[in-house]
Parts: sequence; structure tokens; C-alpha cells
Amino acid sequence: MKRPEDTFDAQRETHLWLAQRLSAMVLALCIIVHLVTIVGAVQGGLSAAEIIDRVAGSGVWFAFYAVFVAAIVVHAPIGLRAILSEMTKLSRARVDLLCFIAAIFIAVLGFRVVWGFYTMGGAA
Amino acid sequence: MSRETLTVAVWRGAEKGRYQKYEVPRQESQTVLDVITYIQRHIDPSLSYRFACRVGVCGSCAMTVNGSPRWTCRTHVDKVLDDTGQLDVAPLRNLEVIKDLSVDMTDFFDKWAKAKGQFHGSETRHDDFSAVSPDSPQRKVASAGIECIGCGVCYSACDVVAWNKDYLGPAALNRAWTLMNDERDVAGIDRLKAVAGAGGCQACHSQQGCVERCVKHLNPTGAIAGLKRATAIAALKGQLK
Repeated sequence: MKRPEDTFDAQRETHLWLAQRLSAMVLALCIIVHLVTIVGAVQGGLSAAEIIDRVAGSGVWFAFYAVFVAAIVVHAPIGLRAILSEMTKLSRARVDLLCFIAAIFIAVLGFRVVWGFYTMGGAA
Repeated sequence: MSRETLTVAVWRGAEKGRYQKYEVPRQESQTVLDVITYIQRHIDPSLSYRFACRVGVCGSCAMTVNGSPRWTCRTHVDKVLDDTGQLDVAPLRNLEVIKDLSVDMTDFFDKWAKAKGQFHGSETRHDDFSAVSPDSPQRKVASAGIECIGCGVCYSACDVVAWNKDYLGPAALNRAWTLMNDERDVAGIDRLKAVAGAGGCQACHSQQGCVERCVKHLNPTGAIAGLKRATAIAALKGQLK
């Protein structure tokens, strides 16, 4: 049987664990701001066009959602990695590869949206 | 079930086996261990189980009683009988069954060693006694976890142990945390390296099955949280390389 210390690197694993906790804190803040803002906007009767008008070209909203997406890119794949290594018989290398692909996938989709909103309406 | 007798279903066999029913006379203040002992001495001498002290000190007699891991010598039958009056006794979960109610504790204790559960001091017999204040915060934290009797109940109650064979488990990690708070111990960083990562403290889901079932009312989840903090700080300082 392989001993636990042979199968993982304590330093790297602890850094990943810490990165997931820190990104969770960032996400908690981002989600609150995000939800309060969209609920406020909907309650306030803003139309989609008005919302796009405010978001498009806004450096502040671009930065906010860029941080939001970055936190997800860090957070979700590490969690996925923990689930896959616990619940499947996949090798650690394969799990790492799958989660790296997931990170790229989330990053491309997320930043496309953020960039799309920023440039919408020809503002940028 | 009549009032005079108790119907007990006891696991017979190893990993593959079946429950066998026995009728045991009811007695006042009867423990589950009393019931098992009665079966072996009066009904079926081939029944295998393990016990030693009978008074909750040695940690030998843990079994699965009506679905939950318990120390059988300190578990009264009255307290665990369900509405049907049936008593089910099986070996501890998460450990290989040798025969009937006896499990192989090798993995459990090997993991204490892997978690560097041994004390490593720097002083010799020629040095004077270390003076450790009972009021120091570290001593209090160590005292909170020191009464573990190594019965394996928490290990059996833990779902992470069930699905991750490398996971060191609540007892071994609790032991590591008491040593991290022993100011005479000098193996701190090596121990943190041993308990960090996939099979270590970070694998804990904080479900607290161990806390729920610990016969000594310890808090292994709290100890593991302490290790998570300590390993995180050590990793930030680059000490876990």
C-alpha cells in the first residue's frame, strides 16, 4: 500500500486548500454584492437595456466581475478535484488534468461574459 | 420479545457473513458486553469478540450496536433498544473483520504512527522535569484531547475514512494535535508535514460523526480544525516542503 506521504505533497496540497478557502471568502462577498445589485435593479424597475447601459464600459463593474470570475476559477476546480479524488478511482494525475481543463473552461466562459458586457453597446 | 429474554442478532463470519439470532436472559443494568459474553459462555463458545477491562478504560470492546459504533462495556441495553426491542451487534465499520465481532485494528494504529503520534522530546533523563503550567493555553488544548482510549469508535463513525483509504482518521489526527500543543515536543513541523494534504487533516469534511460518537466526549473535529490552521500557517511560511 502506498503511504499517504508518498502520494501527495504537503506543501502543495495545503496551498491548494488555503487557496480554496481564501477564494471562498472572496466569493462570499462577490455573491452578496451581485445578488443585492440584481435584486435592487429588478425591484427598481431597470430594464435590460438600462442595466447594460450602466455595466457596459464601466471599469468598476468590469474589475468587480473579473475578480468574481477569477475567484470561481480558483475555487471550483479545487473542490471538483477533492470530489473526484474521493468519489472516483481516477489517478491523481488524471484528476489534476481534468480539473485543470475545468479551470480553463470556466475561465474562458467567465471572462468572455465579463468582456462581452464591458464592450456591449460599443462603449469600449 | 418477552420481558425475561432479549433477542439479539449477532454478526457471524468475516466480511461475508450473516446475522444469527440468540435469546439471552434480561438482567438489570445489563450492558451490551454482558449480552455478548453470555452468548459466548452459555450458548455458542465459537463466538469471537474482544474485551479486556469491562469498565471503559482499555478501548477494546467497541462494536456496532443497532447501527452505531459504541463501547459495549459502558452501553446499557436499556439505552439502545429500539421500539421493536431488537438488539443488533456487528463488528466496527471501516476495519477489516477477522471473525464475528473482532476487527483488525492494524490500519487504525498504523495511522497513528503515520500521523507522527509519537512524542519526541529534546531532553534526557538527566534533565530536570519540564514545568508545564496547567493554566497555559497550549496545555488546556492538549488536555482537551488527551483522554482518547483508542477504541476506534470515531474511526468507525467517519464517512471520510469509509471512502478515502489514505485518510488518517479522527483519532490519529486528534493525537497529532495534542502533541502539537505539548510544549516539550520538538517534532512539530515533521508532524504537520505528515498530517497535511489528501490523506490528512484537509480531507476532513467536518461532519462531526466522530464528535457525535466519541465515548470520551472529545472533539476530534475541533482538533482537526486546529491542524488545518497550523498546516495553513506553516505552508504560508514554506515550512512544509
